[in-house]
Order: sequence, then C-alpha cells, then structure tokens
Amino acid sequence: MKIHEYQAKQIFGKTSILVPKERIATTPEEASEIAKVIGLPIVIKAQVHVGGRGRAGGVKIARTEEEVLKFASQILGMDIKGLTVKKILIGEAIDIEKELYIGVITDRSSNRPVIMVSSEGGVDIEEVANKSPEKIHRLTIDPAYGLLTHQAMNLAFYLSDEIKEVRKIASTLQKLYLAYLDSDASLVEINPYVRSKDGNFYAIDAKIILDDNALFRHPDYEEMRDLTSEEKIEQEAKEKGLSYISMDGNIGCVVNGAGLAMTTMDVIKHFSGEPANFLDVGGSSDPEKVKNALYFLLLDEGVKSIWVNIFGGITRCDDIALGLVEAVKELGIDLPLVVRLIGTNEEEGRRILSESELDIHSVGDMEEGAKTAINLSKGKE
Amino acid sequence: MGILVSKDSRILIQGITGRDGSFHARLMKEYGTNIVAGITPGKGGMKIDGIPVFNTVFEAVEKTGPNVSVIFVPARFATSAIFEAADARIELIAVITEGIPVRDMISVLRFIEAKGSRLIGPNCPGVITPGECKVGILPSKVFRRGRVGVVSRSGTLTYEIVSHITAAGFGQSTALGIGGDPVIGTRFVDVLELFRNDQDTEAVVLIGEIGGSDEEMVAHYIRETDYPLPVFSFIAGRTAPKGKRMGHAGAIISGGSGTASEKIKALKEVGVEVARLPSDIGKFLKEEFNEK
Repeated sequence: MKIHEYQAKQIFGKTSILVPKERIATTPEEASEIAKVIGLPIVIKAQVHVGGRGRAGGVKIARTEEEVLKFASQILGMDIKGLTVKKILIGEAIDIEKELYIGVITDRSSNRPVIMVSSEGGVDIEEVANKSPEKIHRLTIDPAYGLLTHQAMNLAFYLSDEIKEVRKIASTLQKLYLAYLDSDASLVEINPYVRSKDGNFYAIDAKIILDDNALFRHPDYEEMRDLTSEEKIEQEAKEKGLSYISMDGNIGCVVNGAGLAMTTMDVIKHFSGEPANFLDVGGSSDPEKVKNALYFLLLDEGVKSIWVNIFGGITRCDDIALGLVEAVKELGIDLPLVVRLIGTNEEEGRRILSESELDIHSVGDMEEGAKTAINLSKGKE
Repeated sequence: MGILVSKDSRILIQGITGRDGSFHARLMKEYGTNIVAGITPGKGGMKIDGIPVFNTVFEAVEKTGPNVSVIFVPARFATSAIFEAADARIELIAVITEGIPVRDMISVLRFIEAKGSRLIGPNCPGVITPGECKVGILPSKVFRRGRVGVVSRSGTLTYEIVSHITAAGFGQSTALGIGGDPVIGTRFVDVLELFRNDQDTEAVVLIGEIGGSDEEMVAHYIRETDYPLPVFSFIAGRTAPKGKRMGHAGAIISGGSGTASEKIKALKEVGVEVARLPSDIGKFLKEEFNEK
C-alpha cells in the first residue's frame, strides 16, 4: 500500500527523525491559516501517489499571504499524471545547504533489507543509479543483527567529513531502518535528506510503501488508505479475497492463480481479443468467491462475454461450479459464459454444471476457450 | 530419482486439521506419499486419515522421523510454524500458505540459512516427483513420470503447462513451484543447479512471469556455467499493464524493469526457446527429442 508524504512523515516522526513544521490542508483558507501559524515563507506540496510532483507544478514556495491563497487554489484540484490533488502539505521553508538521499528497501535477490545512501539527493535516485552508480553506496543488512553502529557510521562518512554530522546522519540511518521494520515497509526513503543552514538535518520529502501482507498487524494504517475510484473497486475485491484489475477490453475473465490469470489475458491478446480484466479468485476454495468475482465483472458494462478458466489445485472445481450456478441464478447473468474446469474434483464440477442446465459453452483448453470467448463477445456463436 | 523429494521422503504436514490441510493430506496419501505425521497445536493424539497428529514438530520428529514438512498453516501463524520446522532440523520445508508478511520471511530465511534447511515458497503449490512423492496441492492427474524438470513461479500455470508436456508424450522428473512472493526461499537458479546434477533430468521447462529479475539471473547462470541441459521457457504477463500488481506480490512491473520482453530477450540470448502459448512447450520438446 502506498501512503502520502505527510503520512510517511508521521511514521518517521515517531522515531524522532527531524521533519519540518508541517500541516495538511484541504482548502486554500486552511492553507492560509496554517501559513500564519508556521510563518512565511512556506512550501505547498500536492499529496498524490506519484513521483515528479515538482515538475508537474505541484510544489510551490509562497512568500506572501496572497501567494499562499493563489498557489493553494492552483494546486488543489490539479491533475498530476491522472490523479486529482485533494490534499496539500503546508510546511516551513528550510534553508537548504546540502541535499542527500537515504533509503531502505527489501532486496529480492538477497532476501534482505538493503540500505542506500547518496550524496546526490533531491533527484530521481533511479536516474543517479543509471548515470553515476558510483555515487550510490549500499549495504545489505543482516536481519539477525540489524544496522550496526559502525556500519551506519561507515555509510555516513560517504555523506560528510565532519564527525558531528556523521554521528547525526548515522543515527538517522538507524532510525530509518527501525521505521522500515516497525511499519512493515517494503521501502522507506528520504529524498532529499537535507542539511539546513542552521546545521540540522531534515527529512524534506518522505516515501513509504507498506507490505500489504502485514497490514493486519497495523490496523491504524487503514485510515491512511487513499484510493482513486478505480482502486476502490480493486480494494473492495481484495477484501473479498480476489485480485481484480479492470482493463479496457470486453472479455471478462475469472481465473484461479495469478500466473494463469496473466496467461489467460496473454492468450486472449494473442488471438486478437481484448481482456476486460485480470481476476484471480485466489488460493483457497470457496463457492462464494466465484459469485463475488462475477459480481465485479458485471460492474463493467464493457463486458460482452465471460470466460471462466479454472485449473484446480487447492481450488476445487466443484466449489467453482457451485458458485457459478448460484451466481447465474442470483445475479441474473445473461452474457455468454465460457467455462473450462480441469484439475481437482473436475468430474464433480462438470456434473454440477450439466445438472444445473445452465447455458454454458464448455471448452477443453485455453486456446479453444480464448477463441470461443472472443467470438461470443462479437455476437458470433 | 528426480530432485528434492522421492519415495524415501518422510512427510510431515503442519496445519493438518484445517480445511485445506486435511483435504490435501488425503490426496497426498492417495498418491502414495509417505506421510508420517501431522501437526496442529492442541490437537495432539488425533488421527487424520490414519495419520497421527502431534502438538509439536519436535515430538513428531522424535516419534516418526520426518525429513520434509509441508505447511498449510494460516498466514498469521505460519511464520512460527516454519521457525519450528527449521529448529527441529527438517531438511526441506514447503510453504503453501499465501499472505505471509515479507518481514517475517526475511527473518525466517535468515534462521533457515543458519539451521541448514531448505525452504520452498511461500505461496507455492509444492513439489512432485511423479510416481514417487507429492508434497503440496498439485493436481496429481496431470503429471507423468519422465525426464523433464519443471520449475515455476506460479501454481496453476504450472499445471497448465505440465498438462501440455504430458499430452506431448513427455513426463516430468520433478516439478515444483517456487512461489509468487517477492521474498522466497529456493530460487530458479538453485533448482537449475539441482536438475543439472540429477541423472533423470534431460531438459528443463522454466515458467517465469513479470516482476523481479530471477529470469535474468537464470540467463546469466546459463551463460556462466555453460548449462548442459536444454531449457524451454514461458513468461506470463506479456500484456500486463505497468505499475499494477497482478495478484502475485512479485508480479509487478515498475519503471523499465521486470517486463516480460526484457526477460524473454535475456533468455533468448543464451539459447533458451521461449514459448508464446503454453501449448508451444509441448511442441518444443517434440522438436528437441525427435531430432535426437
């Protein structure tokens, strides 16, 4: 789950990593009130789940009260890469002397956290990695011991020569690692991490991506969720145990397993059809999930035919068949239905379908299924 | 023969009294797998399909001597179950459970490394050496004993592709899914190394998907080690949109990395044939072995 900059800073705040004085506003008037408390000049920043806000005009410095109102009204409601700005962060303007980068990420290739620091802060770190990789220093953290003080110091020496500063940075690095652990993040990042003219170090921007699997341990993060309308449907599906992603095509897909669901889309495209969605009913067996899956498919008016592609393993074909029969009855589906059931309890599944006397196009394999669903979506038998 | 599991493997099932655990215990047993014990804390003394249930792994190890454990324990309790299995020196631990927090897996894998066990998964279908032993949830019917090693990041897509391998007249030495999470135990390269040393395996089918860089690591490994076996591959997610998580936590394309086309290019460069459709894998194998 992605969270906003101001929410990430709330998490950092708990570890006593220094952040500028800041508050969130949803109207220009609120922004103006906050600016009075903090004192001008102030920085106004759009809170959206994409990078490149600055370049899109979503970050501005206001030096007068008029500018606060003007920039706040400009940024609120602005569209940044397809996302509408609903909240702005109003913060004190820090006198920046030096911009650094610090971050912790889960490294898939070593199965461990990796901490990264760079003297090139304030720019896209992936760009730094491409252009001047020697400016990024990494350390793989042994999860049994955490980030040891000398390791943090060694990294900090890449960012400063002054021992006082090095100790400050090292301490922040250790706090950052603890924030990564405590919040169950897959990424925590401060970019830029800034030294101000008064000699302090601040987290000017902050980014945290949380591990969805661990959200059950953090019920307080639930209120940080901010979803677009499209994401809301995906989230609703997720709460019902389904992975659902809407696409532009007209063939609704119900599949078990993410790999098979992706392949189902690939095969439809291979035969020049267009999938309406990715949908994985997940790794446990429950007739209710099929009903829910069809419910979400039917929300999409573009769907012209439905293809149920099930290869039973932990999912049992009889559970799928039961769910299908109930769904067709309860939801009144009148779209053509192509079904392929194979694997665990397939005979039982097929028996349930044939006894139900539903109008179903039964297919034996994926390629036949794709072709049939494509033809039916065009109104051909 | 094959790799990882064989007729000599002695299997323990953790979470044997749950809906999935008990159902698949029966299917594994019907397949001929030598299941020696099950675990559910608090249900020791019970029997499931004649399999004795114990409260702790240590007790089961002492009384029944398992060397492989398969874990069906729900996500919130699975981490503890894996720690316990590794602590009791179970050699191979296959984790079927999906939804385990990544931080927990990082700790678990560190512990496993220290204990010298091997972990497959999490969020995986398990491993089968056809005709000898099935550990996990793979549907027995599609597998045949043979000489093609199969390794996959997916579950059901593995069954799909294995059904094409079998229909083309080829069996499998061992087939396994390594799981769809970003942090996993055994990786593609580890499995390729095992197949290299297995006398029963004459070709490898590798089923990858978008996200991460394991397929690129395979390409590197094949080149560096002059891999002796022919490798055929299928990569799922050619048409997946960017930035979206396609079910598997690992299956996400971000920035310019982890795309299907990059993976396919890397694999083709080292001589791996990459299928466009799952059924192509059967055709590739026919071409390879009919030439010989």
